[in-house]
Amino acid sequence: MGNKTIYLDHAATTYVKPEVFDAMKPYFCEYFGNASSIYSIGRESKKAVEEAREKVAKAIGAQPREIYFTGSGSEADNWALKGIAAAYKKKGNHIITSVIEHPAILNTCKYLEGEGFEITYLPVDEDGLVSLEDVRNSIKDSTILISIMFANNEIGTIQPIQEIGAIAREKGVLFHTDAVQAVGNIPIDVEKLNVDLLSLSGHKFYGPKGIGALYIKKGVKIASLIHGGQQERGKRASTENIPNIVGLGKAIELATENMEKYNKKLIDLREKTIEGLMAKVPYIKLNGHRTQRLPGNVNFSFQFIEGESLLLMLDMKGICGSSGSACSSGSLDPSHVLLAIGLSHEIAHGSLRLSFGDENTEEDVEFILEEIPKIVSRLRDMSPLYEAVKNKQKV
Amino acid sequence: MYSEKVMDHFTNPRNVGEIEDANGIGQVGNAKCGDIMKMYLKIEDNIIVDAKFKTFGCGAAVATSSMATELVKGKTVEEAMKITNKAVAEALDGLPPAKMHCSNLAEEAIAAALEDYRRNIGEASNETVDCTGCCNSCGHSHGREEDFDEE
Repeated sequence: MGNKTIYLDHAATTYVKPEVFDAMKPYFCEYFGNASSIYSIGRESKKAVEEAREKVAKAIGAQPREIYFTGSGSEADNWALKGIAAAYKKKGNHIITSVIEHPAILNTCKYLEGEGFEITYLPVDEDGLVSLEDVRNSIKDSTILISIMFANNEIGTIQPIQEIGAIAREKGVLFHTDAVQAVGNIPIDVEKLNVDLLSLSGHKFYGPKGIGALYIKKGVKIASLIHGGQQERGKRASTENIPNIVGLGKAIELATENMEKYNKKLIDLREKTIEGLMAKVPYIKLNGHRTQRLPGNVNFSFQFIEGESLLLMLDMKGICGSSGSACSSGSLDPSHVLLAIGLSHEIAHGSLRLSFGDENTEEDVEFILEEIPKIVSRLRDMSPLYEAVKNKQKV
Repeated sequence: MYSEKVMDHFTNPRNVGEIEDANGIGQVGNAKCGDIMKMYLKIEDNIIVDAKFKTFGCGAAVATSSMATELVKGKTVEEAMKITNKAVAEALDGLPPAKMHCSNLAEEAIAAALEDYRRNIGEASNETVDCTGCCNSCGHSHGREEDFDEE
């Protein structure tokens, strides 16, 4: 393996595919016109934006006029929640979400609580799934929005979005889903799924960073998050980031075209990793739903060791992963997601997320199945907690 | 994020392990916080002739444990008692601000092991050294072992 880097953190970000980069390049120096300008190079930019909008819409079963470009997935999440809260506050002040949402949702909800909104944070079960009964029972007359993530960024669990959407539709409540981890990775059709608003982000599926989009179903009212000019049909001011918009369009087109073949490979790598590590490493726990999870997501807790140490040792072997350990995040508390699925702090500290992508191979899996058990063993040999187990003491 | 020295001590930790006939053993920290340091000292004629450690924690926790054992070896009990967290951090060419608590643990682990030694030779009371780890909650609730595949 030598100095090869095995990148297994695609849930954090992906590289930009050469085809995507090639599509973006002309819009930096050649077709640089402002899309709001009337002359031809401006019209060229405007055309590129609308072509990208069509591609994004097609990928998620929406109409182009229902797609609004944003600066990121977090901005799309913020806009969905704050925009709906402001537009529907006369109807009610209650929003339902879950405890395992991304900080872009949770911190926006906290902000809205400060503005007088009431937020219900639904719990999840040990697999990370929201209960449909909880969703139904939490709806009140004052409920204006349900926001449940499509797939969790840490443990990969995919929520029953269609069923949640059906409940929301039946009760006359709007439904937003943060689909940043899902779009480009699993098939999505907003019509079939009863979704009213959906957030996505380009750099999760081999597009550029700094570009996202919000799907807003026709007829849904929303207040603007960014005020200024008339871009995005007056709903989101700011000069369009043409190269990134073009990149987003190209990336989502490629991801959708190759999804079935791509997912088959990712699931194969995921399953080999899960089965291999479960067989080779004692005191291990798979986090997230066993099968209802993102194709490329693996998340384990290794008892008696700490995640940051594990990540550093993996890095020395050229393996890039992620952890929900507190020490890797600069916080003293481990991941809120791992705590929400019932892990104790000390076990949550020893977690590892590996997220596969299209450049990963079976050879990569063989390498990590060889190295991870050795690293875990080395760290456990250093751990006073494991020493107690070895000495048959109570841990 | 980490200095070369921190990475060196993390990659090649010095003095990992146990001392079977240690006469000063101290453990500080809390698994709930993500850091536990256990320090073993062998003290002869008031001189620390050997020091080893075991640590559950992040890269900084391992590196500070390693450096702490290096610093105490060869010192008298009195000299070792004066080793501060700042000295451990400086010996590692510094730690990121968020990781300074690991150097506190190193200082406390040395103190706890020396306290144990003084108890063993009848110079201190039998009071235990409380956990002064990185959090305020020392409710020691370990994981659900039934969730794990055991050896």
